[in-house]
Amino acid sequence: MKSKLIAVGGTVAVAAAALTGCSAGESSATECTNEIVNAEATQVSVWAWYPAFEQVVDLFNETHDDVQICWTNAGQGNDEYTKFSTALEAGSGAPDVIMLESEVLSSFSIRDGLVDLTEYGAADVQGDYTEGAWKDVSSGDAVYAIPVDGGPMGMLYRQDILDEYGIAAPTTWDEFAAAAQTLKDAGAPGVLADFPTNGRAYNQALFAQAGSVPFEYDNANPTEIGIDVNDDGSKKVLSYWNDLVQKGLVATDDAFTADYNTKLVDGSYAIYVAAAWGPGYLGGLSDADSDAVWRAAPVPQWDAANPVQINWGGSTFAVTSQAKDKEAAAVVAKEVFGTEEAWKIGIEEAALFPLWKPILESDYFRDLEYPFFGGQQINKDVFLEAAAGYTGFTFSPFQNYAYDQLTEELYAMVQGEKESDQALDDLQASLEAYASEQGFTLK
Amino acid sequence: MTTHASTAPGVAAGAASADVRQPRRPRGSRLERRRQRWGWLFVTPFLVVFALFLVFPLFYAFGMSLFTSTLATGTTFTGIENYVKAFSDPLFMEGLLRVAAFAIVMIPAQLAVALAAALVLDSLTSWLSKLSRLLIFVPYAIPVVIGALMWSFLYSPKFGPSATIFSAVGLPTPDFLASDTVFGSLVNIVTWQWSGYYMVVIYAALRSIDPSIYEAARIDGANGWQTASRIKLPMISSSMVMVITFALIGTLQFFTEPVVLRNIAQGAIDAAYTPNMYAYSLAFSYSQFNYASAIAFSLGALVFAGSYLFLFLTRKQSGLK
Repeated sequence: MKSKLIAVGGTVAVAAAALTGCSAGESSATECTNEIVNAEATQVSVWAWYPAFEQVVDLFNETHDDVQICWTNAGQGNDEYTKFSTALEAGSGAPDVIMLESEVLSSFSIRDGLVDLTEYGAADVQGDYTEGAWKDVSSGDAVYAIPVDGGPMGMLYRQDILDEYGIAAPTTWDEFAAAAQTLKDAGAPGVLADFPTNGRAYNQALFAQAGSVPFEYDNANPTEIGIDVNDDGSKKVLSYWNDLVQKGLVATDDAFTADYNTKLVDGSYAIYVAAAWGPGYLGGLSDADSDAVWRAAPVPQWDAANPVQINWGGSTFAVTSQAKDKEAAAVVAKEVFGTEEAWKIGIEEAALFPLWKPILESDYFRDLEYPFFGGQQINKDVFLEAAAGYTGFTFSPFQNYAYDQLTEELYAMVQGEKESDQALDDLQASLEAYASEQGFTLK
Repeated sequence: MTTHASTAPGVAAGAASADVRQPRRPRGSRLERRRQRWGWLFVTPFLVVFALFLVFPLFYAFGMSLFTSTLATGTTFTGIENYVKAFSDPLFMEGLLRVAAFAIVMIPAQLAVALAAALVLDSLTSWLSKLSRLLIFVPYAIPVVIGALMWSFLYSPKFGPSATIFSAVGLPTPDFLASDTVFGSLVNIVTWQWSGYYMVVIYAALRSIDPSIYEAARIDGANGWQTASRIKLPMISSSMVMVITFALIGTLQFFTEPVVLRNIAQGAIDAAYTPNMYAYSLAFSYSQFNYASAIAFSLGALVFAGSYLFLFLTRKQSGLK
């Protein structure tokens, strides 16, 4: 009888060991991609997907005795957000510091996923950033992240293609439309540009240039939201693009696909309306025309006399509510991209556009020559001015949903199922319904 | 459970039919009881894993689906409200109709290819038939995601061969990823991937038929076509039922292929294209875990009901009476 009991115990123990096998993996949060320089110091786990970020992490760890970064790449954009969102729902598994694009900050702060950094010395570094950049990371009095890089927009164009068809680089949207017509009339193999229906932040930026303020949201009053996506500005912009689409003057390929990437660099589009990270993106693509001549110019304007600057993307570092040592986490968020050395890596290796003023306003950055653009000083010519003119933007706390709806409406429009005004009116209705369903009061 | 003391008089009464009605073995013997215990011991590891990884998550998810969590107002218990909402949610309903349409088109397509291939291969005995069998099965060995990615490149107007092929015969290149063609493109991927698997199942069933039956049929004057339709088909009907059940469940839970194609056709394949995709987007893109659980449960119930109904209707063919 005794031997049987032992056998029973043994079986149970084996089963138990098999079951705990998976929970033992939880300590893997301390497994870092980088090497820890100072093993005794407090470790702060960081999720980020910047290129060449390991060098920045090493630099931070070598220069800090009391705090060390333990870095993991948990995926880019939505892949990382999905993991973070699941960790928030589960109550554990989030890193201490996380890289987030400014457009999703509200989506996570409303779920109490982010720490208000005003208690952890955010004000100390506020002076290092422009007003627009700081507005993107704050909601009311709260500050939910420290800005890192931005996406002031410009226009990248193929000088060789435009020259071939005798087109001058357009400075207004009227000239842009005329150029698209000229290109088509001349029977060019490509088109002037692409209007991706899944452009998300890109499409929103185009609307914003005509004065669209889609959301009014303030964390001081988190159950109230103002939605205005079918304003006259947005309608003007969308009907302009729909006109180009219906005349076949621009393409409507989905962005960020393999097809799109190839077309960006093989001359299918003569113009790429892009953010400051666009040159880095182009540089990383294969199958490029070897004799392509790229140049950068300011983004076309609706009214050349009153230029409006816009922004597409940009990322930040936020401290999560699951951070064990919030003080140390805030230090990382504030200081990881808070030195010139770190930024030289960020600019030269990762093609980031800095929001940190000491480097943003330096002669080094202004005069930097880009071989991809034939030595053009694109920051001086285009992006610094665009960054200075940017005044900030408010995103909704359900931005992912809003973007998915925008994509659906734009797709219906380019398919000819809807007029542009109707698409925006339907978008307004669906977002209002969603907000009410989610318990918001509409302003 | 009745005690032995109370059943003993019944048996003693001499009613032999009582024994038939209650064929319970006497459980008094100590040896028997000990054997029972050992039985439990052997199934315990399975039961623990089963409870922990299937029963518990199911109950947990069901519990979640009874609450409603909104962004602005927090979590409240709402009972079956999520289910009421699910069955009046146009996105969920459109998704259900869409997978129903997929089932109507895709299952017969897969079955036709699989059956034709199996019948042909069954009546051939050359080395070529063995090679063909292998080649038809190969797509199934390719991981679903890789297969879908491969097709997404084939469909691509830039990288795919369609531009070359169609311009060679002077036709305009079709867009395989437009909103009205993406349905067919998906049917094609699934048929390509799964027909080989179903072919192998049907082929195995065909091989298990006693060849002397064919001989008898030939003597009776049946030709090849008659042998196939009158003898082979009826004799493998239970395998056919199984294959259709697999295909039905797989189609109602359609997910991987549209998700992969969505990366290159976000307009044509929206976030709620199939019910499974809808549940996935709700949970992981829009943080509505509670409503997503309700959608997932509703879908699970419908899949269960659908396959049960199908098995009930075909109980004669499948031998599951």
